[in-house]
Amino acid sequence: MSETRFAIGIDLGTTHCALSYVDLDASDGEHVSQHVFDIPQLTAPGAVEERPLLPSFYYLPHPDEFPATDLSLPWTQTQDCITGELARERGAQTPIRLVASAKSWLCHPGVDRRAPILPADAPEEVGRISPLEVSKRYLEHLRDAWNTRFPEAPFVQQDITVTIPASFDPAARDLTAEAANAAAYDHLTLLEEPQAALYSWIQGTGGDWRKQVEVGDVILVIDIGGGTTDLSLIAVVEREGNLELHRVAVGDHILLGGDNIDLALAHVVAGKLSAQGTQLDPWQLRALTYGCRAAKELLLNDNAPDNAPIVVPSRGSRLIGGSIRTELTRDEVVNTVLEGFFPHVESAAKPATRARSGLTQLGLPYAQDAGITRHLAAFLTRQSEATSDLEGFSNAFPEGATFLHPSAVLFNGGVLKSKTLGERVMNVLNDWLSKENAASARLLEGADLDLAVARGAAYYSYVRRGGGVRIRGGTAQAYYIGVESAMPAVPGIAPPVQALCVAPFGMEEGTDTALPPQEFGLVVGEPVQFRFFGSSVRRHDEVGTLLEHWSADEVQELGEIEATLPAEDRPIGEIVPVRLHACVTETGTLAIEAIPRSGNEHWKVEFDVRGQG
Amino acid sequence: MNEPNPSFFARIPMAVGAFFKTLFNAEYAASIRRLDQSAALGVEHGVAEPAAVSPLKEMSADSALQFLGLLQRDGRFVDFIEEDTSAYTDTEIGAAARVVHEGCRKVLREHISLEPVRTEQEGARVTVEQGFDASATRLTGNVVGQPPFTGTLTHRGWRASDVNLPKIAKEHDVTVLAPAEVEL
Repeated sequence: MSETRFAIGIDLGTTHCALSYVDLDASDGEHVSQHVFDIPQLTAPGAVEERPLLPSFYYLPHPDEFPATDLSLPWTQTQDCITGELARERGAQTPIRLVASAKSWLCHPGVDRRAPILPADAPEEVGRISPLEVSKRYLEHLRDAWNTRFPEAPFVQQDITVTIPASFDPAARDLTAEAANAAAYDHLTLLEEPQAALYSWIQGTGGDWRKQVEVGDVILVIDIGGGTTDLSLIAVVEREGNLELHRVAVGDHILLGGDNIDLALAHVVAGKLSAQGTQLDPWQLRALTYGCRAAKELLLNDNAPDNAPIVVPSRGSRLIGGSIRTELTRDEVVNTVLEGFFPHVESAAKPATRARSGLTQLGLPYAQDAGITRHLAAFLTRQSEATSDLEGFSNAFPEGATFLHPSAVLFNGGVLKSKTLGERVMNVLNDWLSKENAASARLLEGADLDLAVARGAAYYSYVRRGGGVRIRGGTAQAYYIGVESAMPAVPGIAPPVQALCVAPFGMEEGTDTALPPQEFGLVVGEPVQFRFFGSSVRRHDEVGTLLEHWSADEVQELGEIEATLPAEDRPIGEIVPVRLHACVTETGTLAIEAIPRSGNEHWKVEFDVRGQG
Repeated sequence: MNEPNPSFFARIPMAVGAFFKTLFNAEYAASIRRLDQSAALGVEHGVAEPAAVSPLKEMSADSALQFLGLLQRDGRFVDFIEEDTSAYTDTEIGAAARVVHEGCRKVLREHISLEPVRTEQEGARVTVEQGFDASATRLTGNVVGQPPFTGTLTHRGWRASDVNLPKIAKEHDVTVLAPAEVEL
C-alpha cells in the first residue's frame, strides 16, 4: 500500500515561495482536488500568521535583537534566524543582515555557491550562509510547516515537485536538487516554471484546453516575476490522435523583474523630491517604493487620472507633521515603465550589452538592458528554428520570416497582473507579427499569476502518477565539453578548443546516451577540470559530434566540470583512459559520469559551483 | 426574599418585640448576633444560597492590544490619533489620513471578514420580521406596535463573519503597541 496521499508542488521563487497540493484520494482524472497551503511564518516579533506566499528572504538577527521567545514557530522555539514576511520587513531596515534573491546567487557562475558568502555586504561579525544553505532553509520551513499541519501524512512520504527557472543551467539544477535532498525531500522531481504555469492553465480549463489550443500552435510563456524574467516556447503537436505538448525552447536567465520596475519609479520620485530639497533615507525610499507600486497600478489604468498622490510616512511618531506628500504623474509612469521596460521596438532589436569593467564588485549579474521587449525579440529571433523538426509547424516560421511566430501567449508572474503591461506586451508582439503578415497571437486567459507555478507543480506531481497530459521537454540545451585539439604547440597561442557533444538537445528524464568514442586521460587522485559549454539552438548534434568553431550566439560557456578519480587500488598519478557518459536523472538533473575503458566502475563528474573568480 | 421590605411604621412594633425577645430569650439573642456578624461579612441574610453569577464577562485585553498594535504597525493609527491636529491644515491631515486609511484597511481586510447585516440599499423600505435579532437590528424613531415593522434602512450594519488574528508567542508582550526604534 502506498503511503503517498498528496502530490505536492513547490514554487521556490526568487522573491516568494508557495506550496500547493493535490489530495490523491479525492482526485480522479481531470477532477482534481487541489489546495494552496497557507504557510505559517513570523509576520512580526512574536506573531505567527498563515499566508499563501512565503517571502524568500532570510534574516540573520543580532543575538540581542529579539526576545528569545519572539521567534517561535509552531514547530520550533529555538530558531536563530528568520524566514518569510518578518525577514523581509526587518531586512529592509537592516539590509546588512538580510539574504535576498538567494536563488539568483544559486545560479551565479561567478561565485562559490557552497561557501558562506551571503549577505554579500555583511560586516565581519554577522554569520554568513551559503546560497545552497539558504535554499535548503526555505525548503525546510515548508517541510516543517507541512508536518505540523498534516502529522498523519509526513512530508517525506509525499510526491514532491520543486520548480526551477527554465533557464537554470545543469549546475544550478543540481544545486537545487542537492538543497532539496539535504532538506529530506525524498521523492523529488524538478520542473521548469513556465511548464508549471502551463500545467496550471491546463488544469484550470478543466479539460477544455483541447478546444482552446490546436495542433500547430506555438505557445509563448512569458513569466515576469519579482526578480527574474523567463521565456519558453511550447508547441502543440499531435501524436496517435492525441494532443501533445512539446517544450521546444527556453530563454536566457534574465535578472529583471517587477522589483526593478517599482524601484525605478521610486528613484524618479526621489529625484523629484531631491530637486525640491528633500532627501530620503533608505527607509523612506522603501516606503516610497511601496507607494509607487500602488500608484503605478492606478495610473496605468484606462481613464486614469493625470497624477496620483504618494505619501511617504514619517519615521517618528509625528505622522501628520513628519510625512512627505508627493505625487507620481501619468507621464512619469508611462515613460519609466512602458517606455523603459516595455518599449515598442522592432522584432530585430537586441538587448544592449556593455562590456563589464574588470573591477566591478562581485554582485549578481543583473540584466544590463531593462527593455523586456528587447529580450523577447532577441529570444524569438534566436529560436526561429525551434519548431523546424516538428511536423505541421510551417506557419511558425514561414519563408521570409525573421523570428519564430508564436500563436498563443500565456502570462505568468506578478508583473503581468497589470492589465496595461500585459496589453503592451501583446501589442508589441502582434505588431511584429503583423509586419510579417502573420496572424495575431492570442492570450490564453484564466491564469492565476501568483500561484500558478505552485499549482502547476502540484498538478504535475499528480499527472506523473498516470493520467493527464504531460509536457515533453527534456534538456533545453545540448552540452559539450572542451577538448584541446592536437596540434603542434605554437608559442604564445593557446591551442584551439573544440567542443565535444556529450548530451544532445532534448534528453528526457530517465534517459541516457551512448558513449562518445573519444577518450580522455584522467590522472588518478588528481581533480581534472573540463571546460563545459551549452547551446540552446543546436538541436541536431549527437553524442560525439565535435565542433571546430562556433559563434558566441550559438554556444555559451558554462561553469567548468571536474572529475576526480579516487585512488582505490590504482597507483596515484597513473593515467586512466575514460569516456564521458551523460544521462538525465528521474529528478531532472543532468549527470555526467566518467567510465574507464575496462571494468564496470564509474565516477560522478561534478559541476564546478565554486566560481571562477 | 422577594417580599417587599416592611415600612417604617410596620417596623416600630417589630423593633419593640425584638427588644424584649432579645432581652429575655438567650437563643434568640444568639441568632441576632449571628445575623449581625454575617451582615458585616457581606453575606446575605444567613441563607446558604449560591453566589449569583454576574451576567457580564471580563474581556481579555490581549486581542484588543494585539489588534491595536496591528493598526499602528500598518496604519500608524495610534500616531495619528495621538497627534494634535489643530496645528495642521486639512491638506496635511489629508495626506497623513491616506497612510492611515490604506494601512488600517489592509489590516481590516487581512484579519476580519466583514459583511453588511442587511443587503438592501440604504434608504430602501425594509421589513423587520417577527422574532428578529435585536442585537443585529436596531429600531429607532416611532418604535410602537408589534412586528413585522416596516421602515427605512438608514445603515446597513456590519458583521464580522470571520476573525483571523495572528497567533502570538506565549511570552510576547502585547502591551507594547509599537517598539521604540533606535537606528545605529
